[in-house]
Amino acid sequence: MEASRLSTSTRPDPIETPDTAFFWAAAARGELAALACADCGELRHPPRPMCPACHSTRRVERRLSGRGRVLTWILPRHPAPIGFAEPPVVALVDLAEGIRLVSNLVGVAPEAITVGMPVEVEFAPTTSGRAVPVFRPVR
Amino acid sequence: MAREGRETALAGIGATEFSKRSGRSELQLAAEAVKAACDDAGIAPAEIDGLVTFTLDPSDEIGLIRCLGVRDLAFTTRIPGGGAASVATLHQASAAVAAGAAEVVVCWRAMNERSQLRFGQPQAGGAFAPGSGTSSLLWCMPFGAQTPGAWAALRARPYLDAFGVTNRDLGRVSVVQRGYAARNPAAWFHGKPITLEDHQASRWVVEPVLRLLDCCQESDGGVALLVTTLERARRLRQPPVRIVASAQSIPAEVEVISSYYHGDLTSMPEAVGTAERLWARSGLGPGHVQAAMLYDAFTPQVLMQLEAFGFCGRGEAKDFVADGQLALTGRLPVNTHGGLLGEAYIHGMNSIAEGARQVRGTSPNQAKDVEHVLVSCAMAGAILGRA
Repeated sequence: MEASRLSTSTRPDPIETPDTAFFWAAAARGELAALACADCGELRHPPRPMCPACHSTRRVERRLSGRGRVLTWILPRHPAPIGFAEPPVVALVDLAEGIRLVSNLVGVAPEAITVGMPVEVEFAPTTSGRAVPVFRPVR
Repeated sequence: MAREGRETALAGIGATEFSKRSGRSELQLAAEAVKAACDDAGIAPAEIDGLVTFTLDPSDEIGLIRCLGVRDLAFTTRIPGGGAASVATLHQASAAVAAGAAEVVVCWRAMNERSQLRFGQPQAGGAFAPGSGTSSLLWCMPFGAQTPGAWAALRARPYLDAFGVTNRDLGRVSVVQRGYAARNPAAWFHGKPITLEDHQASRWVVEPVLRLLDCCQESDGGVALLVTTLERARRLRQPPVRIVASAQSIPAEVEVISSYYHGDLTSMPEAVGTAERLWARSGLGPGHVQAAMLYDAFTPQVLMQLEAFGFCGRGEAKDFVADGQLALTGRLPVNTHGGLLGEAYIHGMNSIAEGARQVRGTSPNQAKDVEHVLVSCAMAGAILGRA
């Protein structure tokens, strides 16, 4: 097994589908990406194979700034989520580019989280050495 | 708006017992529930010519008609979206009968959801592939949002925060429904009412939104609903329950439970869309409804539907509940069987059966002077009325 495939993380791997593989491939490179329409430029998430604005199937990956703001968050306590030693902070993050992601907040105590708090992306490994984007408050 | 096609009715309701361990196959539960609905209506199972269920239902149509002795099915369909399929089954059965595609359509849902596949347990794998109607759950799993409670809590919190709704406010929904369940002999929680203090003492499932007593049960059981023409229903065993109007609504970018992508999360666009269609098709409004069965996998969903259907204003549902309006003495008795929290979780289908009982006048918690009952799973709804 390659060294890069070794991971001590128990976080579940992303579920890849033909239309979402680019997102997880970008995350594995340490990049946050979204799909944009190659014809009209509309950015969209969750990704889909056709632009709902102009119906083009031509699409391009766009690298995002990784900056956003917390919309809301929860702590799933019971039953314990698979792959997490402690309940993760699950959040909705509104990205600067205008799309919304489900992710985790790291490096912050739940009682210190506020709606609208600015956050920036970093990447957390998964059990098979993949990666997912998570967010940390901007210092 | 004038109605197209033949008038339709909910002519039979049937169910198994609701338990935590049925001890028999899901197909057997389905067959027993359908047979019970036929017996209730006074129709021989052989006369069924249409079947409607959820994409998630584990039994298949051919297996079921082999049990029932059905001669020849003329119409089948399956609806995605988990519990969002529940009232949509009634809508599509009614549409099929109205259009003349079938004469006797039975909607069913049966599952060993406690003793076999437990929905409340976390899942991290690929079970939520596209086709379930909840395809974007794949964006939740690797972040530890792996249960319906987690998905629903993340969806509900912006609404709760926008209007200052506390977990104690949510508890009042649970208390009134468990009161109904306590007086319903068919309910799992028959004879077991709770207090607000019991609710507040129950453990966090998803902090700070849902405690254990904000969550529906996991149940084994089956429910079936028999739909035919109103004309035929008038000659059957039970007083007919007219399907006054029915509708679905799946607005752009709205999902079933992981519905995070449509912008403003302080309202429920699918329930607003369903409400607009139901009121337009029926010529009725919230003031014409004497009871409502609102999908209650989790307590916040009840508040959001109350607002979407216009029973109270935006942000006012917590006060509507605190003022006692969901009780039999209130303006709108809600989930009078105990709901999915109190009676059983048969994916919303048992709530439609309770809507029929309210119209018939046979509910264990009968509301007064019932002319119309709303049944809603947000993405679909129906108004049931006296014939």
